[in-house]
Amino acid sequence: MQNVQNKSERVPVHAFGVRFFHWLNAFAIFIMTMSGWRIYNASPLFGFRFPSQITLGGWLGGALQWHFAAMWLLVVNLAVYLLIGLVSGHFRRTFFPVSPGAVITDLKKALRGQLSHGVGHYNSVQKTFYIGVLLIILVTIISGLCVWKPVQLQSLVFLLGGYENARLVHFAGMSGIVAFVVVHLALVAVVPSTLIPMIIGTARVDMKKEGMNNHGH
Amino acid sequence: MVIKSAVAGGRLLERKSPILNIERRLFMKKALSLGALSLLTGCDASNPSVADRILWAMSHWNDEIQAAIFDSNKSAQIYTESDITDPFPFNAYYAESQAPEIAESGYALHLGGLITDKASWSLERLRALPQASQITRHVCVEGWSAIGKWGGVPFGEFLRLVGADTQAKYVGFSCADDYYTSIDMETALHPQTLLALTFRDQVLPRRYGFPMKLRVPTKLGFKNPKHIMAIFVTNDYPGGYWEDQGYNWFSGS
Repeated sequence: MQNVQNKSERVPVHAFGVRFFHWLNAFAIFIMTMSGWRIYNASPLFGFRFPSQITLGGWLGGALQWHFAAMWLLVVNLAVYLLIGLVSGHFRRTFFPVSPGAVITDLKKALRGQLSHGVGHYNSVQKTFYIGVLLIILVTIISGLCVWKPVQLQSLVFLLGGYENARLVHFAGMSGIVAFVVVHLALVAVVPSTLIPMIIGTARVDMKKEGMNNHGH
Repeated sequence: MVIKSAVAGGRLLERKSPILNIERRLFMKKALSLGALSLLTGCDASNPSVADRILWAMSHWNDEIQAAIFDSNKSAQIYTESDITDPFPFNAYYAESQAPEIAESGYALHLGGLITDKASWSLERLRALPQASQITRHVCVEGWSAIGKWGGVPFGEFLRLVGADTQAKYVGFSCADDYYTSIDMETALHPQTLLALTFRDQVLPRRYGFPMKLRVPTKLGFKNPKHIMAIFVTNDYPGGYWEDQGYNWFSGS
């Protein structure tokens, strides 16, 4: 036991701000999605409804209350995150550079189970996913605003091809976010050690192993 | 005519509204058992009043925000005749067959509250006022939308004509189907807000709200009351049929 502690130590992985944003955002996305499904059920765009057990709000009015309350949490939290991320250089350091070539290379590695998944360092597939989901969330918010205020924001609605189209974009955005969450959670299930740093901020790293081989997962 | 419609409406309310209310409360509790609230506050998630209070407070906050971003110079998009949705959907808290039947003879629009000239209005007199019509998109709180053409008396001009206190906060409506709602004065005075007497250039049919509905293209559909019997101006929040159950009051588009 003593021996192990000598060889490993806790290294910082996710700053407090990142963790704070992540969990508030996860909560907001959870509320927005489940209440959004209930709202969708009131007038389905496609030939299906979401099972009411996995929706939030109990009825349309309740779902709308949840949706338009949680939207503030989502938007304010995201705005602060984006502002600090841009100003502090966090995005530049963690998400860039990312090139299509590197993504393809890393994706091939990932499919062969050989992708480096080093602590506190994102590979190109991760970078693409995180940038991508942020963009999808932004599109979902913008299309959501269009559905909410089609008269006041009519120029924006026009850009999205009209009110009914904005609804479709909003649905597509939700689908993209849900797809991300499914993959994200599946990977956390495969590599559960990544969950701890997102909660406590640090990861226990076996210095000897980490130094020799960064292919842990 | 009023008696018949009131009976129809009363029966509906008796049958639907309180039961639905109870159902909704139970649903709300179920929804809370998901633990969402405890994540938010760390409080007892089985107590719906905490969530209710937060959600209602946020809804009031959203009323304020919407009033602030409402631009009375901004018009809803105008469509063409060929854009009109045909058939235009019927929508109410009851089935189409339950829509009130109102006879034109004997109908009078009652005025109340902060209005100088409270004399009632017959349809004939309303039709004699300058009329306007427009083709706009009706957006339902459920998400669907439909384009229709409504014509009638510009509501702001009507309010000024009868000497309404346009500094008052609210304009309320009570309807023959026991529906009621209210809107902010700024929206009431918006140039596109119409006291609609026609649909597609014909007398407003029963299913769309005969003898008149308020057409507000800058608000969601449920803020467009049909079968209006009385209009009142007030500074005391009048609420609404759906608003009292949880729909956002301002519900601007």
